[in-house]
Amino acid sequence: MRELLIGNHALARGAWEAGLKVAAAYPGTPSTEIIEALAGYPEVYAEWAPNEKVALEVAIGAAIGGARALAAMKHVGVNVAADPLMTLAYTGVNAGLVLVSADDPGLFSSQNEQDNRFYARMAQIPCLEPADSQEVKDMTMLAFELSEKFDTPVMLRLTTRIAHSYSLVELGERREVPLKDYVKQPAKYVMLPAFGKKRHLAVEERRHRLMEYAEITPLNRVEWADRRVGVITSGVAYQYVKEALPGVSVLKLGLSYPLPEKLIRDFVFGVETCYVVEELEPFLEDQIRAQGLPVTGKELVPRVDELSSLIIARTVGAHVAATAPELVAPEFLPAPAATAVGPVRPLAAAGKTAEPTPPLPGRPPLMCPGCPHRGVFYVLKKLDLVVAGDIGCYTLGATPPLNAMDTCICMGASLGVAMGLEKARGTEFARRVVGVIGDSTFLHSGMTGLLDMVYNGSKGTLIILDNGTTAMTGHQDHPGTGYTAAHREAPKADLEAIVRALGVRRVQVVDSYDLEAVEKAVREETEAPEPSVIIVRRPCALIVKGKKGSYTVLPDNCLGCRYCLDLGCPALSFNGIHAVIDPIQCNGCGVCRQVCPSEAIIKAGEEDA
Amino acid sequence: MHNGVINVLLVGVGGQGTILAGRVLSRAAISLGGEVKVSDIHGMAQRGGSVVTQVRFGTRVYSPVMAPGTADFLVAFEKLEARRWLHYLKNDGWLIVNDQELPPLPVLTGAATYPENLIGEMGKKVSNMVVLDALELARRAGNVKAVNMVLMGALARRLPMEREAWEKALAESVPERFLTVNKNAFQLGWEEGL
Repeated sequence: MRELLIGNHALARGAWEAGLKVAAAYPGTPSTEIIEALAGYPEVYAEWAPNEKVALEVAIGAAIGGARALAAMKHVGVNVAADPLMTLAYTGVNAGLVLVSADDPGLFSSQNEQDNRFYARMAQIPCLEPADSQEVKDMTMLAFELSEKFDTPVMLRLTTRIAHSYSLVELGERREVPLKDYVKQPAKYVMLPAFGKKRHLAVEERRHRLMEYAEITPLNRVEWADRRVGVITSGVAYQYVKEALPGVSVLKLGLSYPLPEKLIRDFVFGVETCYVVEELEPFLEDQIRAQGLPVTGKELVPRVDELSSLIIARTVGAHVAATAPELVAPEFLPAPAATAVGPVRPLAAAGKTAEPTPPLPGRPPLMCPGCPHRGVFYVLKKLDLVVAGDIGCYTLGATPPLNAMDTCICMGASLGVAMGLEKARGTEFARRVVGVIGDSTFLHSGMTGLLDMVYNGSKGTLIILDNGTTAMTGHQDHPGTGYTAAHREAPKADLEAIVRALGVRRVQVVDSYDLEAVEKAVREETEAPEPSVIIVRRPCALIVKGKKGSYTVLPDNCLGCRYCLDLGCPALSFNGIHAVIDPIQCNGCGVCRQVCPSEAIIKAGEEDA
Repeated sequence: MHNGVINVLLVGVGGQGTILAGRVLSRAAISLGGEVKVSDIHGMAQRGGSVVTQVRFGTRVYSPVMAPGTADFLVAFEKLEARRWLHYLKNDGWLIVNDQELPPLPVLTGAATYPENLIGEMGKKVSNMVVLDALELARRAGNVKAVNMVLMGALARRLPMEREAWEKALAESVPERFLTVNKNAFQLGWEEGL
């Protein structure tokens, strides 16, 4: 049966069909749907771990224990998991272990665009790069086999365009893989220096066997066509090449580490001119050049952002067209100037630069109506504080009209950055600094930062925005929600108790919707001569069932001051004379009522009261 | 059309149901027997931003995304988004646009103004345009949230899939209790989107 699946669901399906038993992840776009899908299969144990390092460690334990295991994360998640990964490369596995790295070229929802194929090379482990959902499924299944055959973790590298694009997938049945025997092998799994040294030799030996495999695997395939032009490519870039340059010969590398050196050499010498087309870094290209082979790549192909058929046509395609225009897809070729027949069309010909978009108002992402974070940032802005922020919905507090965030580096960095600012600029400055972090992010990697603040004598203030979910990635559970990935009840981590256990004596809990209480707490704690935590608590407006009554504006009372618009609530607008609340969008949080200086905002239905 | 590929670009605002519409369209397209590729790139747009779904189907589809200037159909759930993505439409492509205004945040806060006469100006630029009051039609169908199916109805009459394929796709994509409303909305879009 064929079904349309996004790459992530194809991956989950392939892992399930391959007999996967244990999977772990921390939610992160574009990887999140993998665990969501796996949690729906009763044969698989799937969990949300507090961070990627723990997720990989869980997978390692399962694989050593004899069960096929998978850890999934976005590219920056591998940074967090890099520590166990590098040693896992030494120990190898027992049952198969697949590490999914979902990279984000084009930064659709990330803080950087890093190319994680380098991690595979650094760890000396195989890297597979599928080019559509069917390949994702097939390669996932193969990855478990390779992992067991070569005693290695296997990196399966997706990109946003693969992870989130739908294409047709042939579904199969699950193959139950019996639990492998667990055999105690300290020399393999206890990486003391003496043992680790021996394992490094095993890694080298494995690399050579993998290089031999790379030459013969069908993952790497040559599609011979016109021999004047050859392109070496991998991942989604393969699709762009096929679309923009339908006539050229292609070497598609499904295994992008280690590379098939002989296959590549034969291909390069089998064509007159050879290009390398890959997204982001010249990962393939540098290694191919290191073989002494003449290829052209990043001189033409951008190193920044996603690629596309059009970019390939305009860069490599323009080169190819100079000598062999018939190898470039006609819709991407510049239209000859004199061939226009009939009235000139208002839009440029397909593939040419279409008319540039006129300046239009942008449509930036924003906090939802009723978002409990909105009022907190309103207060922080009002108090003119320096805000060390973190990763989550609340990062939107950095955008207009709130503009209430100074830094955002990576998961859990708010505390360290706040601490650094304080140590650099002194206690007086620290009184103006707050760290802001979400509940999920705090449990991911905020706890150690807070411990540092306590231990090293910070006088800073941390605000935990506790909305009871991992909202930005689509409401996944975490240890603080009281539910598991499969939505079973779980012991609920107690933030107040954790914070106190880390040594914080000043802990306040306030209601996010109560601006006065939030402001009072922030004033008190930033003044306090010791580290303090304010937990600002309200469930995410999107997970609260049942809408509260909306608010409305009494036009006669409205001064037209527009103070309420500073909240950046999508339900609020201004009709030129007075503020207006859209009753369909309004979630009834009442924060706007609190900022209105003239009592013009009331609960709908109370007009006559 | 390239290699028999049909490109449909669905654009709208987070919460308008573009993703569900893309799902119905792509399921219907499977009935043609060829390849189907769909790209939902919303980034952080689930928080009220601009949402784009690309659907490509035909004998052999390579890239999951289309190039600017190659869309056979641009289906816009909101006027400003129609203008924002108009450069994706090919010369003789069809613009199907919902005559509805959803002001983005910079407009709400007064930092920008919503452009005037968008429909009139776009009408001068494109050869084929269908303007629908999809919100009103959805209301008539029984639920204001069925705007997406009104637009799918208007699109469907211009695509090669059989009517049964659409009905099957709808039934597979929409919960039972909303099916009648969605079917009504689809039918109204089909009739009014001439």
